[in-house]
Amino acid sequence: MNAPDLASATVSAGTGYNFAYLDEGTKRMIRRAILKAIAIPGYQVPFAAREMPMPYGWGTGGVQVTAAILGAADVLKVIDQGADDTTNAVSIRRFFTATAGIATTTRTAEATVIQTRHRIPEAPLAEGQVLVYQVPIPEPLRFLEPRETETRQLHALAEYGLMHVKLYEDIARHGHIATTYAYPVEVAGRYVMDPSPTPKFDNPKMDDCPALQLFGAGREKRIYAIPPHTRVRSLDFEDHPFRVQSFDRPCALCGAEDVYLDEVVLDDAGGRMFVCSDTDHCETRRADGHTGEAA
Amino acid sequence: MYVAVKGGEAAIDNAHRLLAEIRRGDPAVPELTVAQIREQMRLLVDRVMTEGSLYDPDLAALALKQARGDVVEAVFLVRAYRTTLPRFGATEAVDTGAMTLARRISATFKDLPGGQVLGPTFDYTHRLVDFGLADGAGPEPAAEAEPEADAAACPRVTDLLGQAGLLEPSPPDEGAAIGDLTREPVDYPVDRAVRLQGLARGDEGFLLALGYSTQRGYGRTHPFVGEIRVGAVELAFTPEELGFPVSLGTVELTECQMINQFHGHGAVPPQFTRGYGLVFGQGERKAMAMALVDRSLRAAELGEAVAVPAQDQEFVLAHCDSLQATGFVEHMKLPHYVDFQAELELVRRLRAEHAARSAVPPSPDSDEAPLREAAE
Amino acid sequence: MEPLLTVEGLTKRYGRRLACDGIGFTLDPGEVLAVVGESGSGKSTLLSLVAGEVAADAGSVAYRLRDGATRDLDTLSVVERRALMRTDWGFVRQDATQGLRMAVSAGGNVGERLMGVGDRHYGRIRATALDWLARVEIAPDRIDDPPTRFSGGMRQRLQIARNLVTAPRLVLMDEPTSGLDVSVQARLLDMIRGLVAELGLAVIIVTHDLAVARLLSHRVLVMRAGRVIETGLTDQVLDDPQAAYTQLLVSSVLAA
Repeated sequence: MNAPDLASATVSAGTGYNFAYLDEGTKRMIRRAILKAIAIPGYQVPFAAREMPMPYGWGTGGVQVTAAILGAADVLKVIDQGADDTTNAVSIRRFFTATAGIATTTRTAEATVIQTRHRIPEAPLAEGQVLVYQVPIPEPLRFLEPRETETRQLHALAEYGLMHVKLYEDIARHGHIATTYAYPVEVAGRYVMDPSPTPKFDNPKMDDCPALQLFGAGREKRIYAIPPHTRVRSLDFEDHPFRVQSFDRPCALCGAEDVYLDEVVLDDAGGRMFVCSDTDHCETRRADGHTGEAA
Repeated sequence: MYVAVKGGEAAIDNAHRLLAEIRRGDPAVPELTVAQIREQMRLLVDRVMTEGSLYDPDLAALALKQARGDVVEAVFLVRAYRTTLPRFGATEAVDTGAMTLARRISATFKDLPGGQVLGPTFDYTHRLVDFGLADGAGPEPAAEAEPEADAAACPRVTDLLGQAGLLEPSPPDEGAAIGDLTREPVDYPVDRAVRLQGLARGDEGFLLALGYSTQRGYGRTHPFVGEIRVGAVELAFTPEELGFPVSLGTVELTECQMINQFHGHGAVPPQFTRGYGLVFGQGERKAMAMALVDRSLRAAELGEAVAVPAQDQEFVLAHCDSLQATGFVEHMKLPHYVDFQAELELVRRLRAEHAARSAVPPSPDSDEAPLREAAE
Repeated sequence: MEPLLTVEGLTKRYGRRLACDGIGFTLDPGEVLAVVGESGSGKSTLLSLVAGEVAADAGSVAYRLRDGATRDLDTLSVVERRALMRTDWGFVRQDATQGLRMAVSAGGNVGERLMGVGDRHYGRIRATALDWLARVEIAPDRIDDPPTRFSGGMRQRLQIARNLVTAPRLVLMDEPTSGLDVSVQARLLDMIRGLVAELGLAVIIVTHDLAVARLLSHRVLVMRAGRVIETGLTDQVLDDPQAAYTQLLVSSVLAA
């Protein structure tokens, strides 16, 4: 995130819209919400989400957060399911190219702002980077308690017993915690937070992360944040500690281990292969000479 | 060799071009003009303006053309455009009592000052397909217009009842700041003004079903149509630098005042209460449904039990917006394969465990499962 | 001995109807008080007022906390109050679906309070749940069943286990046996009596059934139209009622 200067505020890249689409008043409102979110890690700050030119549920929250923090010198990366080339990632990247005229990249290391849906990049993030998550349902207690007035109370009083009842039920029924994505975390020892529907594989990356993590939920009108180097703990039981998925084979293309893999169905005879979900990570490794069994 | 799928950019470009071509349809058929949509699909235009929260018939007509006639998509275009418009302030409250009436009916009084004005309505048409329309037969000239009803002589029914104390009065205008749910986050519970905003923007089909549910016993409110009036009202705005209101022109509105039985409680004597509906253009179905739901949402305020969906403001307001609903329902089209992979792994493992327990050989599929829970 | 609970002047009006009119009483540790009366007498409203679920128009409820300090419940913060309700108080509802999480297993229902106060050891929570299920005579193999699959009597026993797991000192019970078969009622009452004696619980039990009051309670409070008509030791009141209304109540039971 580079400090937006006054000149950039009027750049319109010939679209007739303000820099990064949103007007400056709206951006200030969103930045205030972001600052509050950073000050109270994991707390869901209500904000007056605008109606955006893309549908609710397709990243309007993340887009507004990104629009509010982008400066002219920023380099933007957009991923969906870990890939830069999925249609929605392409669509959002184009939106900012058109309305902000900023540079974009697919390289995690080169980006200053990374907007993501459902994944955290495999390459460790660095200080100065901002990871912007698109969030569909920001309320971790929503499916246990549908009422906003009640969940707000539970957060205010830090009454999170109900969340553990859910985990208890999982273990009682399945022998282990059956939540595989959107796995709830406790942030800075206080608020329980939904990490967005990233696989729980990515949860450990949120802990003590040097980058700033911002979460935008447009339809539900909430912004929350994890400041750099904040303790993020996945909820669990002492005798059923949190564990991530692991894969018993490496990426078929780049040979990477300890990464999240996509299962690709090759034919109708049961043939399938497993490749990196993070396309940039895979390409970088292959460029460095790593190969997998199918490459 | 497998190559990761590429080409999202090209696919999107091609899809957009194809969409434009399909939108135009057979080029041998003359293209629709925006003016034709505005004039001949008027009720559709009105609905797009109402749910789009923007009174601009030409823009709504254009949006309908661009959206290939999809109402929700057209509302989406109008709303996304509206977001970018500068705000100068709020107009004065419109005086629907001073409406130039095109239609005005009351179901509660046979006759009343100003009379019943039937106006343009489908109500008493026989729904027989008029094949003459297919041949472009022009309409018979309308009957000579009656002398325009004098607004002063057509007071709102609710004002008539109100004078006798039978109907709860309109809450006095205390000049309180007007909430704007497009500019402020909704903070439940919200007041009636914000609820009415949400309902006015709400999806007609959703509100119709909810209003209907109250009639069928899910939160009965014993409603009567006090009055429906359709017509033009003047819109006035007070610029800060002038300090007095200036007319901006007129807008067409449909207003519905539902009157509901109420038994009173404590210090409040029995009286009739109101549900209110107001939409742009002619939209009686929406205005009536809105009025029914508005009254239901006042349950808590009137000391009634909140037991059914139509009485629950979080339920109604969080779900009545067609854009929010369609966005979230349709986002299921976006790739979810990361999450699905996680679920796939879980189900495979559970099946393997289940199979082990029931001592049946696992299916070949679960043998292949390459994922496992670390240390489990 | 200082009472555990002191109720003074509790008043609640619904429109023109006085549901509770200046009710006052005290409750000692380990004491069981039965509130009896016909339906509409205000006895359930009284229980809701004591629990703070309905705001009183006037009056106060003071409780002696575990640290020995007696506090007016109105002066407790929301956090303190909710913590108190979750640990030191219990509330057994007439309608078990109001008192249980019907979609959560029996074990989860019993364990919820433990997790609410910070227990994070699955095995321990489960062991405690099993222990409590045994104490309320629910077979251990039902621990993973949701209460939807339980009979009415089992649901009430599960509610009791769910409430007692944090060793509360005060339990409110609203008609816990009504709607159950007579034999099931007898078994439940027997169990409640045993647990109350064993754990030294203070109980306020609301019932329209004088037989329940006679079996469980030390003292009785007779209500009619929002007022206390008569109060005293259970045997005394039921065997030698002074107020005409109580005499009527008692005789109608004998007639039944």
